[in-house]
Amino acid sequence: MSKELIRLADCCMAFDGEVVLNNINLYINDSEFLTLLGPSGCGKTTTLRIIGGFQKPTSGDVLFDGVRINDVPPHKRQVNTVFQRYALFPHLDVYDNIAFGLRLKKLPESETASRVRDMLALVGMKGFEERKIDSLSGGQMQRIAIARALVNRPKVLLLDEPLGALDLRLRKDMQNELKRIQQQMGITFIYVTHDQEEALTMSDTIVVMDHGRIQQIGKPEDIYNEPKNAFVADFIGESNILDGVMRADRLVEFLGRRFPCVDFGFDKDEPVDVVIRPEDIDIVAADSGHLCGSVTSVTFKGVHYDIIVDFHGFKWLIQTTDYHPVGANIGIRLEPEDIHIMKKSEYSGMFGDYSSYSAEYDEIGDAEADAAGEESENEE
Amino acid sequence: MKKTSSVFTVVIFAFLYVPMIVLAVASFNTGTDISVFKSFTLNNYRELLRDNVLLPLLLNSVIVAVISSLFATVLGTAAALGIHSMGGRMRRMTMALTNIPLTNPEIVTGISLALVFVFVGQVMKIKSVMGFVTLLIAHITFNLPYVILSVLPKLRQMDDHLSEAAMDLGCTPSQAFFKVVLPEIMPGVISGALMAFTMSLDDFVISYFVYGPGFVTLPVEIYNYTKKPLQPKIYALFTFMFIIILLAMIIMNILQARDSRRGSRSLRRRSTNA
Repeated sequence: MSKELIRLADCCMAFDGEVVLNNINLYINDSEFLTLLGPSGCGKTTTLRIIGGFQKPTSGDVLFDGVRINDVPPHKRQVNTVFQRYALFPHLDVYDNIAFGLRLKKLPESETASRVRDMLALVGMKGFEERKIDSLSGGQMQRIAIARALVNRPKVLLLDEPLGALDLRLRKDMQNELKRIQQQMGITFIYVTHDQEEALTMSDTIVVMDHGRIQQIGKPEDIYNEPKNAFVADFIGESNILDGVMRADRLVEFLGRRFPCVDFGFDKDEPVDVVIRPEDIDIVAADSGHLCGSVTSVTFKGVHYDIIVDFHGFKWLIQTTDYHPVGANIGIRLEPEDIHIMKKSEYSGMFGDYSSYSAEYDEIGDAEADAAGEESENEE
Repeated sequence: MKKTSSVFTVVIFAFLYVPMIVLAVASFNTGTDISVFKSFTLNNYRELLRDNVLLPLLLNSVIVAVISSLFATVLGTAAALGIHSMGGRMRRMTMALTNIPLTNPEIVTGISLALVFVFVGQVMKIKSVMGFVTLLIAHITFNLPYVILSVLPKLRQMDDHLSEAAMDLGCTPSQAFFKVVLPEIMPGVISGALMAFTMSLDDFVISYFVYGPGFVTLPVEIYNYTKKPLQPKIYALFTFMFIIILLAMIIMNILQARDSRRGSRSLRRRSTNA
């Protein structure tokens, strides 16, 4: 499990002088599900293409099993890719698509046939051998693309936003399916996505990227609970991010009040970013809370309500299963483990403020995600 | 309204096809006067088959058309691949340069090619430079844009990741081209080749300036015939040529129709998934 398979050492990439990757250092273990997560243009697809051999880093080394592979062309790498738009060969049927790689290796046709059959079974597409690529749905093409890559028994499977074109329901099913396939095959998956939920659901390790830099590497729980900076805190889930000052170890001051917390190791009186997740906040009666504010907006989200609460001009997002009408005065309590302290970074002050919140923030978010999807296509 | 438009359609088709019908009918006529149909005969065709001037010339035309369209197809496909991989500005510039010869008057193209050949001939001290080679070069030249223009849209429709996917699965770059890219753009390549073939087969203007006495094509020779009264066997020849070109065009249309059906199906699929 913990054997190192791929290492990117000081990888930089520039197109026409524009820096796309800035000093990427990353190692990937054998049979790990690693996700490169970030907004469009963050360099995640470029990183994947460097591992696949479609691009050479401007500087730095790519190591595979300890051997430098910068100059090894894609067809000689033990890596296979599932492309964003599947890239199935339209002039071949399902069987010939999957058999494509094996035939290039001049495998006996009988072995090819049995391996293709096994793969079709693995992705749940038995009986589709003769089907034309044109006649498949998006989800089916996705499965065939995965089978076509895995049939070659690569050590690493690269997946470039493979679920981006599928609808929500299918995407959820395929997430489980991919995780199952990865565990069944016991090989390394490197997965690129801009969807944080997808990343949290499937990954062993998440690499959060922005502006060509790695912002944080860690397990999904660690990334969510202990984000390193305001960018990560905001990109993974919802966060209220406030300016605070560390008054001592395990004691932080914000909104004019001191709170006990669990973080330490900061300088005395060091300015910090304070992250409070909307679902961690306990709502109590107005007179018994640490802070007291009034509800300015309520949105029903199914499982919970998103409410925006105004604390003397600072607006917070709070998720609660109880209904609080607009105008209600409520109090909140913050336990030490609800508060996460981050060092100040270049992202401080850019995220985590809900003052301009409107009920449509989800739609805006979706539009952004769509635009991001389109941009990342152009990125190639 | 509907009636007028259908009448209009008939009139247009009449203008387009009546001359061909008149020609075809005349080719089966025993008389020499095209205004009177005396009786049906295949004599004109028999005579044409016995003719040892026209048939070799037709063969010459076919040879030039086949070789030049083959060359143009290979070069044009390669050029289209190159243009496709260019960046936006370079691509627009190259496309403009490709399109100019299409709109350029043929007579200008013909004379300028002739001037170049004469110049090269003088520099290389070749006595009579005009001949098969000059004719072939000229035909390849004016065929190239047709091939490029019919291959490029296929490349644009193609998923750019296809050849990467092929390499990912173990193809060398050239294997990726022949196994994946070429089959994908094949309809464009074939229709480009057919277009080039028909353009070359019936070209007169450009050929007239670059042919040499050693190698004459049919359209050029027929031009000399028209100075005298036309022999009926020429009608037979024209009908024959018309049928060859018609067949080529029908094949091209079938290919395009099949291709666009496939295209619309995959478009539909994409839109239902979006």
